[in-house]
Amino acid sequence: MAAAGGSRLGALMYSQKELTSKKRDEFEDILEERRQSSDLRYAMKCYSPVIYKGLSACKPSAIKYSVLQSEQVQYVIKQLSKEMGESTDIIQEEAIEILDEMGHNLHIGAIRFFAFSLSKIFKRLFQRVCVNEEGIQKLQQAIQEHPVVLLPSHRSYIDFLMLSYLLYTYDLALPVIAAGIDFLGMKIVGELLRRSGAFFMRRTFSGNRLYWAVFAEYVKTMLRNGYAPIEFFLEGTRSRTAKTLTPKFGLLSIVMEPFFKREVFDTYLVPISISYERILEESLYAYELLGVPKPKESTSGLLKARKILSDNFGSIHVYFGQPVSLRTLASGRIDRCPYRLVPRHLPQRLSEDIQEFVTDVAYKMELLQVENMVLSPWVLIASVLLQNLPAIDFELLVEKTLWLKGLTQAFGGFLEWPDNLCANKAVTSSLALHSNIVSLVNGQVVLNNVRMENGATEELVFKQALSILMCGAYRNQLLNVFVRPSLVAVALQMTQSFRKEEIYSCFIFLRDILSDEFIFFPGIALKDFEEGCFLLTKCDVIQVTPQEILVTERGNSVAVFLAALFRPFMKGYQIISRYLSKETKEAFTEKQFILGIRNFAFQLLQTGSTQCYEVLSSDLQKNALAAFVRLDVVKKMKTTNGFTYTVNKEALNKTAEMFDFRIPIKKLVTARL
Amino acid sequence: MAAAAEAAAGGSPGSQLAAQRRLRILSGHLQRSPASRAPEPERLLSPSQCGAGGAAERPVASAIPKKRQEILKWNGWGYNDSKFIFNKKGQAEFTGKRYRLSGMVLPVLKEWMEKTLGASLEHKITSRAFLNTSDVPPSIVNEEFLQDLRATKISYSQEAEDRVFRAHGHCLHEIFVLREGMFKRIPDIVVWPGCHDDVVKIVELACKHNLCIIPFGGGTSVSSALECPADERRTIVSLDTSQMNRILWVDEKNLTAHIEAGIVGQDLERQLGESGYCTGHEPDSMEFSSLGGWVATRASGMKKNIYGNIEDLVVHIKMVTPRGVIEKSCQVPRMSTGPDIHHFIMGSEGTLGVITEVTIKIRPIPEYKKYGSVVFPNFERGVACLREIAKQRCAPASVRLVDNAQFQFGHALKPQVASIFTSFLDGLKKFYITKFKGFDPNELCVATLLFEGDREKVLQHEKQVYDIAAKFGGLAAGEDNGQRGYMLTFVIAYLRDLGLDYYVIGESFETSVPWDRVIDLCRNVKERIVRECKEKGVQFAPLSTCRVTQTYDAGACVYFYFAFNYRGISDPVHVYEQIERAAREEILANGGSLSHHHGVGKLRKQWMKESISDVGLGMLKSVKEYVDPNNIFGNRNLL
Repeated sequence: MAAAGGSRLGALMYSQKELTSKKRDEFEDILEERRQSSDLRYAMKCYSPVIYKGLSACKPSAIKYSVLQSEQVQYVIKQLSKEMGESTDIIQEEAIEILDEMGHNLHIGAIRFFAFSLSKIFKRLFQRVCVNEEGIQKLQQAIQEHPVVLLPSHRSYIDFLMLSYLLYTYDLALPVIAAGIDFLGMKIVGELLRRSGAFFMRRTFSGNRLYWAVFAEYVKTMLRNGYAPIEFFLEGTRSRTAKTLTPKFGLLSIVMEPFFKREVFDTYLVPISISYERILEESLYAYELLGVPKPKESTSGLLKARKILSDNFGSIHVYFGQPVSLRTLASGRIDRCPYRLVPRHLPQRLSEDIQEFVTDVAYKMELLQVENMVLSPWVLIASVLLQNLPAIDFELLVEKTLWLKGLTQAFGGFLEWPDNLCANKAVTSSLALHSNIVSLVNGQVVLNNVRMENGATEELVFKQALSILMCGAYRNQLLNVFVRPSLVAVALQMTQSFRKEEIYSCFIFLRDILSDEFIFFPGIALKDFEEGCFLLTKCDVIQVTPQEILVTERGNSVAVFLAALFRPFMKGYQIISRYLSKETKEAFTEKQFILGIRNFAFQLLQTGSTQCYEVLSSDLQKNALAAFVRLDVVKKMKTTNGFTYTVNKEALNKTAEMFDFRIPIKKLVTARL
Repeated sequence: MAAAAEAAAGGSPGSQLAAQRRLRILSGHLQRSPASRAPEPERLLSPSQCGAGGAAERPVASAIPKKRQEILKWNGWGYNDSKFIFNKKGQAEFTGKRYRLSGMVLPVLKEWMEKTLGASLEHKITSRAFLNTSDVPPSIVNEEFLQDLRATKISYSQEAEDRVFRAHGHCLHEIFVLREGMFKRIPDIVVWPGCHDDVVKIVELACKHNLCIIPFGGGTSVSSALECPADERRTIVSLDTSQMNRILWVDEKNLTAHIEAGIVGQDLERQLGESGYCTGHEPDSMEFSSLGGWVATRASGMKKNIYGNIEDLVVHIKMVTPRGVIEKSCQVPRMSTGPDIHHFIMGSEGTLGVITEVTIKIRPIPEYKKYGSVVFPNFERGVACLREIAKQRCAPASVRLVDNAQFQFGHALKPQVASIFTSFLDGLKKFYITKFKGFDPNELCVATLLFEGDREKVLQHEKQVYDIAAKFGGLAAGEDNGQRGYMLTFVIAYLRDLGLDYYVIGESFETSVPWDRVIDLCRNVKERIVRECKEKGVQFAPLSTCRVTQTYDAGACVYFYFAFNYRGISDPVHVYEQIERAAREEILANGGSLSHHHGVGKLRKQWMKESISDVGLGMLKSVKEYVDPNNIFGNRNLL
């Protein structure tokens, strides 16, 4: 499996060499200048962005017209008219409506308005907004050469406001953004967003061929013309847990298609990592994860959120990655395209080769996002704190944070330690920034609302879970970087063995089951394992011989820490598998599953038979269900009202055993090889 | 191409006719005299063997002599007397008297070379002047074969110069080798059969003695087709068809002519012209390339819109193979007798046998001929216009759309003298910038047109085409521009020799592509060339330009020129080949074909399987296997 995976990858793989010699750009704080000069003048500045060399300038209305008249859309209209027996005019009308709903309407006035008001808002919300200017310069270069696709990480609604704001600041073409249609509910803001370059897509439109055709053609027209960079989120939605979500492929394959069809010479993909010291929606997310429904976006809701304006949300770091040439990625893999024998306007299913390639590119881009995601001291503090609940001595916390800082840097994490602050001050200021989560009481740092007592009420459990999930979202940022060495450590602990082969099998199992939780490049388990081992060896945690892996004496505490980082996931999956084996008998829906597991977990937490609050996270629950489906433990079936699930008890028992540290798993592991 | 005609003509249509008449009488005299005055001994000895035809019993005097090196360059393109030079004033000049451009000074060419290619007169590299015969691989021929050959009385030569001349075509790397090195393998012997029967004898001898035959026609191949496989152990016989150049008969009732395959294009058109006919087949190489070569490579002519490509022109083919002679039993316009065997022969590139005689369609010479040109604001509009012209099936004899770079290239060849060449670009710039804003001189491109036929019909046709062009923003831009565009195609090969003297190497290549991909393909291939040059360390921006050179119902033929200054690169030919390869990959990825008319040869063999599928290749191989099981025709082209 690993060998086959190796050959599939070619250029897409990251190498250990890259890992060690990683060099990153310096950051500039753009708010600094905003605090010193007039926002109004800034908003009214001369704005003349560089443009794509092959740009044929045209108005949004002209774009809409050319989309409507395109062979692709006309073809689908004719097809639908034939199938449904309706006149093409009616369907054409429908297409126009879709276009109107979708189309952006870039307007300099709206941009200036945004520039002005966002300056005000950002200055109040954030201490610093840091950008790597070298990345901006590379982007500027790229925009002139080829069509550009911006692929930012998605942690907050601020993401795309911030990106547009930055591009305006640096006099770059504003991107057109594929944003979820629920924004349209926000009346004025929706329109303003549209005028500043957003276009909207329905969340689900897989069944609607007309919508798909119009949407795809709209994006592609924009791209081919080089009208403006296209921006969308690979993750599809805001990550509520701050872990990078597994990528969605639909939009990515649309923006890659013009290159596949050679309608453009090349396309640049630019991974952008946006990290927040404190996420605006942190508590909202925690509520959501615990099953309190998220409020529908509305303008009045946004106004109510005004009160957060008085709050401090620390720094933002935006890292523009090196633009990646799609042509370079494709070279040697997709040299010949199936489009040679079919007219290019006909809708065609992507071939398996191309699907695989799109998948690989998506993961590659997300891994690049992860690589350049800035980690704040608070991320380290949260990680330490969660292993020392309910409270930890301040001095000890500082000491451990410092220790973790070293480890993080050794693992290639992108740590920004503010202005070489001494550890004491850095920790103090982080604690202050996150005072809604932690407090310093009598030299002890405590997580608010968390007491870790047995026999708590449901309300108390809920409150504790809230705090832990909020805190966990920050620890999770570290996990993206730590996952490979940590899973090696977990495997070492689970197998209680020195044999490399056995540890590797266990690693594969873990990587497999957690592949919805974390981003692993498809098909390169061996590489991931080797990277994990390499990093651990580098830090003197383990020694690797051809046959064995030995934990060093010094390294034992590190290994224990690393394994503990991932304990909530291990425990969580364990509880869920217990739930599935005991509580469910008949077919169930996802909703029933989540309700059921939540009740089950609440009981356990109330009785104190577990301390794993994170099992309450609906994100973890859904990922676990998906993992079980992947492992054939749960069978997923399509019915008229969605999907139902049934449990395969036998397979479940086997998997459950894998989680149980005490039971030897030797037999199972070899079975999997 | 139209070079010979142009050299002679040049004036108004009226005086043109008179001049043609004069020429005809003159050439009539010329034609008779050399043959009777200086007959080749072996011809006289064996008249019966070569008496296949009626009218002409002996080889006709050709523009190209049997000893080609007497008037053709041994290490470059074309005639010895015609070349670009920089005169004492540092101005470019085209020498000789053969072409319209001959003897003219081209004041802007130097600047264009400096600006576009970064060439400089100070950096000159000269080819060696003479072939060093001691470098030439020795001729290894079995004495028994020589005895047999002498018995047939067929003319042959083992001289180094003759052999080297037939060891190559005109690919860049071949010319480079001639200028600076030597081929590893060249033919051991050159034979000049005088007729079909001679060829039969040679092929029989080759089978008997197990030799390798490589047919040679005009030597204008650009696909490495003439290169001898370096590891060929057998004696290589270069079979030069040039002495089989008679028009055996002309059938005016059916408008066909039966011709020996060695005739070169200019001789064919001249001789047919004497009786008021033409074939109308005008590939750019027609001065030198031969009828047999056209058939063997599936050639295409500039005026195919009226006359058709070679496959449309050919009525009957006779070919000598190791298995025997292949031909059809009748001379009919079409037949339904299974797959057309002509299509095994056309494009066989010398791998199956020697084409000896061809019956080809002829047409009365058109009464009137007119050039024209249209300027478009950009390439996209131009392509759209050509597409519309093809759609309405009203393409003139020739229509070509050159991109901006090639348009400027054409202007670099503007002679100094003539006031008729009013500075077009300057006039145009003023005119358009004032009156039609939006015609960017660095964007605009030009379509060149050639109309032929009855005077009235031509004028009517012309109007129709200009009306269509107007719909796409095209503006008529005069005859001169049109004519100069066509001139470029025959001087380009001479220009390459000039470039080679100044560290500039270049080549042309072509493809065919569906209409909807023309623009994408042109842009991507040009961009790929530029990018590859940069990546391969070429220090100067390359010339990367194209033209849409033929239109069809379903697509177009696109022709690329590519050149770069290789100063600072140690192995320019290797770099060049890598870039050419990348360009071809790009063409294929964009849905273009492996070749429209240059053929495959050995240069593009690697992509054959992909182009015609495994089974397709297997079919061709099985034909080869049957026709030539011992690989007598071992040039290893195509398969």
